[in-house]
Order: sequence, then structure tokens, then C-alpha cells
Amino acid sequence: MTINSHSPPAVEFKSSTFSVPVLSLASNDLMLIEQLLNEKVKLAPEFFKHSPVVVDLGEVHKKQLILDFADLVTVIRKAGLFVVGIRSGNELQQAQAIALGIPLNTAPTNDVKIDTKSKVIKAPTNDEFVENDSTTMMITKPIRSGQRIYSHGDLIVLAQVGAGAEILAEGNIHVYGTLRGRALAGVQGNTEARIFCSDLQAELISIAGNYKISDDIHGAISNTPVQIYLQKNTLVVKPIV
Amino acid sequence: MARIIVVTSGKGGVGKTTTSAAISMGLAKKGHKTVVIDFDVGLRNLDLIMGCERRVVYDIINVINGEATLNQALIKDKNCNLLSILPASQTRNKDALTLEGVEKILEELSKDFKYIVCDSPAGIETGAHLAMYFADDAFIVTNPEVSSVRDSDRMLGILSSQSRRAERGEEPIKEYLLLSRYSAERVKSGEMMSLDDVQDILSLHLLGVIPESKSVLTSSNAGTPVILDEKSEAGQAYADIVARYLGENKPHRFIDEKSGFFRKLFGGK
Ligand SMILES: Nc1ncnc2c1ncn2[C@@H]1O[C@H](COP(=O)(O)OP(=O)(O)OP(=O)(O)O)[C@@H](O)[C@H]1O
Ligand SMILES: [Mg+2]
Repeated sequence: MTINSHSPPAVEFKSSTFSVPVLSLASNDLMLIEQLLNEKVKLAPEFFKHSPVVVDLGEVHKKQLILDFADLVTVIRKAGLFVVGIRSGNELQQAQAIALGIPLNTAPTNDVKIDTKSKVIKAPTNDEFVENDSTTMMITKPIRSGQRIYSHGDLIVLAQVGAGAEILAEGNIHVYGTLRGRALAGVQGNTEARIFCSDLQAELISIAGNYKISDDIHGAISNTPVQIYLQKNTLVVKPIV
Repeated sequence: MARIIVVTSGKGGVGKTTTSAAISMGLAKKGHKTVVIDFDVGLRNLDLIMGCERRVVYDIINVINGEATLNQALIKDKNCNLLSILPASQTRNKDALTLEGVEKILEELSKDFKYIVCDSPAGIETGAHLAMYFADDAFIVTNPEVSSVRDSDRMLGILSSQSRRAERGEEPIKEYLLLSRYSAERVKSGEMMSLDDVQDILSLHLLGVIPESKSVLTSSNAGTPVILDEKSEAGQAYADIVARYLGENKPHRFIDEKSGFFRKLFGGK
């Protein structure tokens, strides 16, 4: 009898994406780190209050600096931040993290960096923009029926997307051809993602899980460049003027 | 090194075998040593269209199983001695076709022939996959109707992701469109998709339009590839296609209604 019950399951996994600041360290001097962190937090106390943060030890690791991860966590905690993940680092540091209940974060970069010009907390460099850019996927050939393309960032298609094809992106989707297949932007929950295309004849469009099927997409707008975005949980299709 | 051409479509009955027979004959007639392989195991009919069904002793499965040599299985065409046919088996199960077996056969044929034409079965299963896997060029045979165009689109997706060239990250298979059974009259009356409608979806390099023509049936009943019927429009269309494929510059024909003759007569454009 309980099988057909309509109440939601007690436990359910859902996929979701969050923006979490990443603290990149280039020094193992805990005193200096503490001092600079406090200065940083003072600049925007509301922003940093109880903020989750992922620690990136890539630089420290590269320079082979010795750094006790447990001590580092204490310093960060004192500044009012919560360490929710560690990236890179050596085996010992990773083991310390696990022991402290902090998961290893090996996901591709898609994160907000703390903007700082200090020498200790790494400032964004041109390199990082390139790194972020590399998550943009560019397709120059038509996407055929039955093909499925997934981009961890933005997706740019310089040709048409055939009926029966499916394109997915965690970021925005740009189609500089006729879009006949299915296009899903912001598939990890980014409600700011948009779809742009030069001719909308899609079977389905979706942003962050909010979708419209072709019957609901008004035919009148075909053959004009449009953008699709989310406004109060509703998909808005608008010509690009 | 031989050039391997796959004639494929996804959808059945669109004219793959007709095309394979015609273009392999056309290439041979142009002086290139050519072999055409029937990959339609269990439904072989290339040998019928080539008029060699009575001379089939061994087939591709026999060669793969080591029961016959390639030379024993190859049949010389009766009209052109530069053309050979490797027939499919009518009795065996499709699964007898293996990737390694096909690779070995193609390797051996490559030493001897300039062009290897692979007549693919319909669908996207094993036979069709093996026919296209080693290809350098793909002739996509499409009829001007929605389901055929859609299946061609699907096949193009498979070509670009599941071929040997794709898996090795080599230069992709060259894809060509052969729009077959085209009727300019029916396009004009709105009953049939036009070339533009089809290209809107496929955007492929057009090798030629083959008009709907009674001579196709007459020729296959007679067991001669339609390209040998030089008076027929379909025969001429295939001759153009072979010429274009070999790099000749031939204007496209059979796309518009037959008013061209009068226009030419009066010197108009
Ligand atoms: N241009 C044409 N005009 C008229 N009839 C044609 C034309 N091309 C092919 N046909 C006819 O269409 C039918 C199917 O042709 P064919 O056997 O070449 O197709 P196929 O794609 O090889 O089919 P299958 O998928 O079963 O292998 C045949 O009866 C043939 O005579
Ligand atoms: Mg056939």
C-alpha cells in the first residue's frame, strides 16, 4: 500500500551547484596568512561572515612548502570562515583534511576567486581567465540528430543543431545557426544562464530545469535571433534587438 | 592506398545499392580499378543489380572465416574488367561480420584497388557500422522526405563520432550528399521537399541530384547498373556524380523543372 504513496521520499539526492570562494595560498607563513585574511574580511565583513571557502594548496604544493593543514584550518576559522573543501595539496594535507571532515575537491574550476592584490592570497591573473575560458566549448560543425554535447561552461555552436540532437551546458548556450534540437542551459542549476540563437525551432529549451517544449514556444519568433532567460521561474523568449 | 567510400543512409530503400552499383561502375569506366562490397549480409542484392548473381561461389563471410581467399570470392564484372564485386552472404547470420575480419579484407583490397565502395545495409546496426567504420568518404543517399533526411542527419552524427578516423582523431570522413528520387515537378507542386529544404537541415557538400527515373528499375531488372544507360536521366546524374567526385566541374542538373531547354534555346539565362 505504501508503494503508491505520494508523499516525497525521506531522502533524496538532487544535483545543485554553488558558488564558493576559493582561497589560493602561495605562502606557508600562518602569521602572515592570518593577518592578511583579517584585513580582507574587514573590507567586506558581511560577505565573509560564516562564508564557506575552499582552500587551494596548488601553489604551496608546487613550491613544496611545508604547511600543517589543521593549523591552517584553525587560522581560517578564527577569521570567521568555514573550510568546506581542499584542492590540490600533498597526501599528508589531504589526509589531514579528511580527518577533519573536509572533503577533497577535485571538480573542475568554476569558482569565484577572492579578489585580492596581496602577495599571499593569489590575485586573479590573466592565466585564470584563460583557465575559465577553457571551460567554454566551441563546436564548428553541425550537431546531428542523436548527438549529445555537454559543456562544463558555456557552449558555442557555429552551425545548426539538428532535430533529435541535444546540447547541454552548465553555462550559457550560443547557437549561430538554426536550433532544431533540444538545448538545456544552466543544467547544474545556474538560473542566470541564457540561451542565444539565430533561429529558434527547438524541440525543447531549458534553463536550470525550467523548460518549454516546441508547442509552447511561439512559432512567430522563428527566423529572428532570440535570447532565452529565466525571469521569476518562467522562461522568457525575446528577440535580440 | 585505396580510397574507401561508404554509401550509406540510415533509412532503408532510398537507393544505396543502386548508387553503389552505379558509382563503382562509373569509377571503373573512368579507368580506376574499383571493387564494390556488399555489406548487407542476409539481404544481399548488389549481385542482382550487377547481374552477377549466378556467378557467386564464395562471399565475404567465407573470406572472413578463412574458407576462401579474397581472390576466390571476388567476381569480375562482365561489362568492365576494372570492376570487381565482393558479394555478401545470403545464408549467414549478420554477426558473422567482424571488425577484424573487415579490416583485414579492406587492407588486402587496398593494395590492389584504387577505390573500394562499401554498400551499407539500412539501419545503424553492426552491418552499417562496419561498412562505414573504415571509410574515407561517405556518400549520404537521401530521399527528399522528412524521415530520410532525419535518418541521414543521424548517420552523419555516427560518422563523425564512431568511425575509425573519429576514434583516432584523424581528419574526419568527407561527407557528400546524393539526393535521390528527386522530382522537380513534385517539389514545385509542394508535395516534396526541395533541395534547399534538405540542405537547410543537412548542409552538406552536394555531389548530385538523381531524379526519379523508370530506367532505374529497368536497369536493375536487366542486371546492369543504371549508369550504363547513358540516355536515362538517372544514368546521366550518376555519371555527373562520378565526374564531380573525381574533381571535374559539372554544373548541377535535374534540380529545376525541364524548362532549361527552352531557355537555352532562346539564349536567355
Ligand atoms: N532514382 C530512382 N528512381 C526510381 N527508383 C529508384 C531510384 N533509386 C532507387 N530506386 C528504387 O528504389 C528501390 C530501392 O533501391 P535500393 O535497393 O538501391 O535501395 P537501398 O537503399 O539499397 O535499400 P536497402 O536499404 O534495402 O538496402 C529499388 O526498387 C530501386 O529500383
Ligand atoms: Mg541495399
